[in-house]
Parts: sequence; C-alpha cells; structure tokens
Amino acid sequence: MSIVPISYYLVLSAILFGLGIVAFVFKRNIITIFMAIELMLNAVNLAFVAFARAHDQLDGLVFVFFVIVVAAAESAVGLAIIITLYQNRQTLNIERINLLKF
Amino acid sequence: MSLPFIVFFVCAFLAVLGALTLILAREPIHSALALILVMVSLAVLYLLLGAEFIAAVQVIVYAGAIMVLFVFVIMLLNAGIEERTDFSKLAKYAGLPLGMFLILFLAHWMAHSLIGQQVANGVAGTNVSVATRDLSHQLFQTYLFPFEATSILILIAILGALVLAKKDE
Repeated sequence: MSIVPISYYLVLSAILFGLGIVAFVFKRNIITIFMAIELMLNAVNLAFVAFARAHDQLDGLVFVFFVIVVAAAESAVGLAIIITLYQNRQTLNIERINLLKF
Repeated sequence: MSLPFIVFFVCAFLAVLGALTLILAREPIHSALALILVMVSLAVLYLLLGAEFIAAVQVIVYAGAIMVLFVFVIMLLNAGIEERTDFSKLAKYAGLPLGMFLILFLAHWMAHSLIGQQVANGVAGTNVSVATRDLSHQLFQTYLFPFEATSILILIAILGALVLAKKDE
C-alpha cells in the first residue's frame, strides 16, 4: 500500500493559508476579501483532517464540521452586510469605504 | 510514482493554481470560480485522507451552498472589474518580503515538525465506512451539545442576515 506523508498535506495547507493572507491583504474588492477568508478556513480544515488522520482521532473531523457550519453562518451574515454596504455607499471598493479609517 | 502521489500532486497543483487565480483575477466572478476549484480539489484530498463524510460536506456545503451565495451576491451587486491601487511603500518593501518569509517559514516548519517525519497515512480504503460511523458517534454523543448549539447559531445567522438585508421602511 502506497502512502502520502502527512507533511505533504500540511505544507499544502500552509501554502494555501499564506495565499489566503496575500489575497486578504492585496484584494480591493470586499467580496473577494471575503473569499480570501473562506480560502484560509479551507486551508485550516485541511490541516485539521490531516492531523486527525495522523493521530487516528476523529475529533479533528468533528472540528472541521463545526468550522464549516460557522463559515456558512459567517458568509450569510457577511454577505448581508455587504449588500447593506452597497445600498448605502454604491461601491464595493474598500478604498472608498474608509469612514473608520485612521 | 504511485497513484495516491499522482492524485495528491494533481489536486495540490489545482488548489494552488486556484488560489493564485483568486489573487490575480480582476473580475470577482473569476475569483469565485477559482475558489470553487480550490474547494473541489480539497474535497478530493479529503477522500484521499479517508474522510469521505467531510469530502461530501465540503462539496455540498462549501462548493454548493456558500459559493452559490457568493456568486449570487456578485451577480446581484453587478460587481465589475476591480480597481487597482498602488499600495504604500511600507507594504511594498516590508510587507512583501515578510509575507513571503511567513509562507516559507510555515511550510518549512510544518514539513519538519515531529509529526510530519514520523506519521504516514494510508490510502482511503478498507475502514472508510467505519470512520464515518465513528464520526457520527462522536458528533451525536460526545459533541451533542455543541452540535445542537450550532443549530441556534444558524438560526441567529438567518435572522441576522434577514434583518441586515431587508429594505428600510
């Protein structure tokens, strides 16, 4: 039986999380920034599943389940906030949404 | 090069490609489609890790429900091409190298952590259905209270989304 080492999954998870951070920082569209958060959550989920597999514990998989539920709730509320924001400001560019910016 | 390795590298390549496309694409809808690519390749990786239930949930909830919500909002708000802005000198000369350093450091640390050296996983195969049964036991016995609490969370999220998105009278 051939095997893929757990470390490969962890490296992929770290790369995806890093790219998520890069997207979060560099993107200027607020919807795309939200997608970057989802990408980071996905990377963390991959690390959870890999560690659950490595330790033969199922708690990691249960945590992934909860992370997915929280991500669903978060995106529902967040996208509602984005719609409200667009109704008020008529823009999705975060450079223009700077009322609280120091 | 055995089959699991090939599957892993193909899926890992597609996932990283999707993440890069998410960053580089200027249309939000292209970013959304790239994110769906990432999620589907991660679902295949979950199958490779023997977590078939999580893989199914990943496709149905993430690639299905959440991304449909994203695409719907992009279409609803008619999000056009993203405007590029110059980022500050601090971001250019300190942020970029530090960000690259963080990625490389995380990858290096994870590759050389204790667990990575010692433990290797099997291919999804013999005990897959057992894993799903055990997972349901965990979910509905050990973690029953958090599971029920998530239903309250979902309810609050629905109410919050309705209150936020409704038109003011």
